[in-house]
Amino acid sequence: MTTATHGPFRWSLDKIFGLYTLSFLGVTVLIGLAEAFLGLPNRWIGWIFMGLSLGIYIVIGVITRTSDSDQYYVAGRGVPALYNGMATGSDWMSAASFISMAGALSVQGFSGLAYVMGWTGGYVLLAVFLGPYLRQFGAYTIPDFLGGRYGGNAPRLVGVLAAILCSFTYLIAQVTGVGLIVSRFLGLDFNIGVFVGLVGVLFCSVLGGMRSVTWTQVAQYIILIISYLVPVVVLSWQLFTVPFPQFTYGELLQRNSASAIQVTNDPKEAATRAAWKAEADAVAAKLKQPGLSDAEREKLTAQQKTAVAQAKPPAAPGATVANYLVVPKGVGMWNFLALTFCLMVGTAGLPHILTRYYTTPSVKQARTSVAWGLFFIFLLYFTAPAYAAFARFVVYTRLVGTQIADLPRWVTLWKPAGLFDVVDKLGDGVVQLADFVIKSSDFVVLAMPEIAGLPFVITGLVMAGGLAAALSTADGLLLTIANAISHDLYYKVIDPKAPLVRRLTITKVLLIVTALIAAAVGTLRLAIIVELVAWAFSLAAASFFPALVMGIWWKRANRTGAVAGMLVGLGTTLFYMVGSRFYGLSWWGTATVASGVFGIPLGFLTIWVVSLLTAPPPERVQELVTSVRYPKATVSSAEFAH
Amino acid sequence: MAELTEAQKREYWRYNIRLTVVLLIIWALFAFVLGGLLAGELNKITILGFPLGYWIAAQGALAVFVIEIAVYAKLMNRKDHEFGLDERPVSTSARAA
Repeated sequence: MTTATHGPFRWSLDKIFGLYTLSFLGVTVLIGLAEAFLGLPNRWIGWIFMGLSLGIYIVIGVITRTSDSDQYYVAGRGVPALYNGMATGSDWMSAASFISMAGALSVQGFSGLAYVMGWTGGYVLLAVFLGPYLRQFGAYTIPDFLGGRYGGNAPRLVGVLAAILCSFTYLIAQVTGVGLIVSRFLGLDFNIGVFVGLVGVLFCSVLGGMRSVTWTQVAQYIILIISYLVPVVVLSWQLFTVPFPQFTYGELLQRNSASAIQVTNDPKEAATRAAWKAEADAVAAKLKQPGLSDAEREKLTAQQKTAVAQAKPPAAPGATVANYLVVPKGVGMWNFLALTFCLMVGTAGLPHILTRYYTTPSVKQARTSVAWGLFFIFLLYFTAPAYAAFARFVVYTRLVGTQIADLPRWVTLWKPAGLFDVVDKLGDGVVQLADFVIKSSDFVVLAMPEIAGLPFVITGLVMAGGLAAALSTADGLLLTIANAISHDLYYKVIDPKAPLVRRLTITKVLLIVTALIAAAVGTLRLAIIVELVAWAFSLAAASFFPALVMGIWWKRANRTGAVAGMLVGLGTTLFYMVGSRFYGLSWWGTATVASGVFGIPLGFLTIWVVSLLTAPPPERVQELVTSVRYPKATVSSAEFAH
Repeated sequence: MAELTEAQKREYWRYNIRLTVVLLIIWALFAFVLGGLLAGELNKITILGFPLGYWIAAQGALAVFVIEIAVYAKLMNRKDHEFGLDERPVSTSARAA
């Protein structure tokens, strides 16, 4: 095989994915026509979209199957920057980004923007500190880099442990996301949904490793970005005759803020809120009674939480702007900054993203591909705040003030799904804002096609997009876990003489086993999973980032320092997480999600101090670290990798 | 292409460090100062309906991040070319084959 970046191969890639995009759009239009003229039922549309997209991923998996180690682990280091960017985009954007982020912004307001900035700003750190240099080192996995740079088994093994810790909880969340999407749109049982999704993931990763996963992720990115943009672009067109919601929502921020103030001062709204307040107090009194069973207690606590939330006005009394535009102060601001920081550093430390920069043909392309990657992520992220504002606007203008007997179509369609409820608290037959109970803000993205009055085919498209987002991230995570165990633990530590065939077989078995365990845990529907995903960022930030950055930028960093730094970073973060979440520990009021803010600096400090106190790394390693600064390597990266 | 002299190596690396520092200052300025600490103050300014502080945290900073990385790639790739550090455009599989 010759170069993958120039000439006919690159051209045919453009052609293949261009044709693919056009056919996908064509099929969507065809299904839309069938819906409009033949009355194709909604359930069928859901099945067609799911069958079609899973079919595409399976076909890509079969076409790109491979048993070559370079192909299997790093896609032959032949993925052009643009395509690696798209693969990074879908590898990165999970079910949480696609389905939940816009809704979270709509509910949390300004504070939620920590996620938007954190999950994009991390790429700046990745671009200047890590991406190009990791490519230059040319290892296979992130623990592999740690093992190669610091020498010995200890850094590699700590790396394997941290990689599994960060990736596995994240994987369970993706599996849960697949189950939710499939059960919601197809009416299948949640558990069956989880296993159906697994088929799509396993076909790719088992058959072709990184190579298949890469090209599937490109295909998944195209589906997810189209399906995210279509509904809100159409709504923007309907309201402003401008198809760019990203620029038109400023107007809505103002109108929403004015509506919020109006609602706060409206006497009927105030009466509704007072009714909720009364309910909250009554439930609180009930909760104080002795002899409640755990189930009753849980139910009452949930009821109390809803009532308290509904009793809260959308703007502070006498304020000139709505709550969601208010920037927090004091401890609130500290937590905003700390969370932004942890998410950024975590983004630059998550192994399944870092591995993507091993797959480009050159250091130059690694740099360019970080830029493309963030650009493709940016397309979705800078649309999310618009989603939030549009949803709010629709609730204020088309729901509040309508008759209970005459709810808008999207409300009646989505109410049975249980994401929100409309309760006539005053019994006056009119919907007040305080009557609208949001149970899951996911409705913002899921119901947007119906809010914009679009046919069901677009809802099917959104389902395919959510599925693509969850599956693509699951693919990347699964491969990271399996490779960490098979390449780093088995091949590099346990049996360095293992032939390639055996290594690949072990990887494949591990992929299946890991996927099954994740699915089994996913079916338990543990409430803590969503929280754990946010924790993964702090864990990755405190364990990997300091050791990677110091390994690349400071030749004096040695094995003892790195191992100590990773353990101290990881330990401090875990200690604060568990302490603050379960035992009331509080350092400067820092939130549990921002636990990494202590572990990251401590990790750096430990590597620095311990390295200086112990012997410097061998001359050969120090030369290697210096040589990596100059892309035309004097040390062969291939030699390093094997 | 001959090996770089020590002086050339220093010059190349210093350029990289300077660029990295400048980009990180801009990054921190947008993420933590304009989009965080000063967002409340900036919200008093409204452009096209957007309170400025909210807009920076929601979209402005993101756009700055994308531009920063693109500029970094462009400038460093040009520097590589200037110093003759262009890699042969081969993948490891090509080398192995």
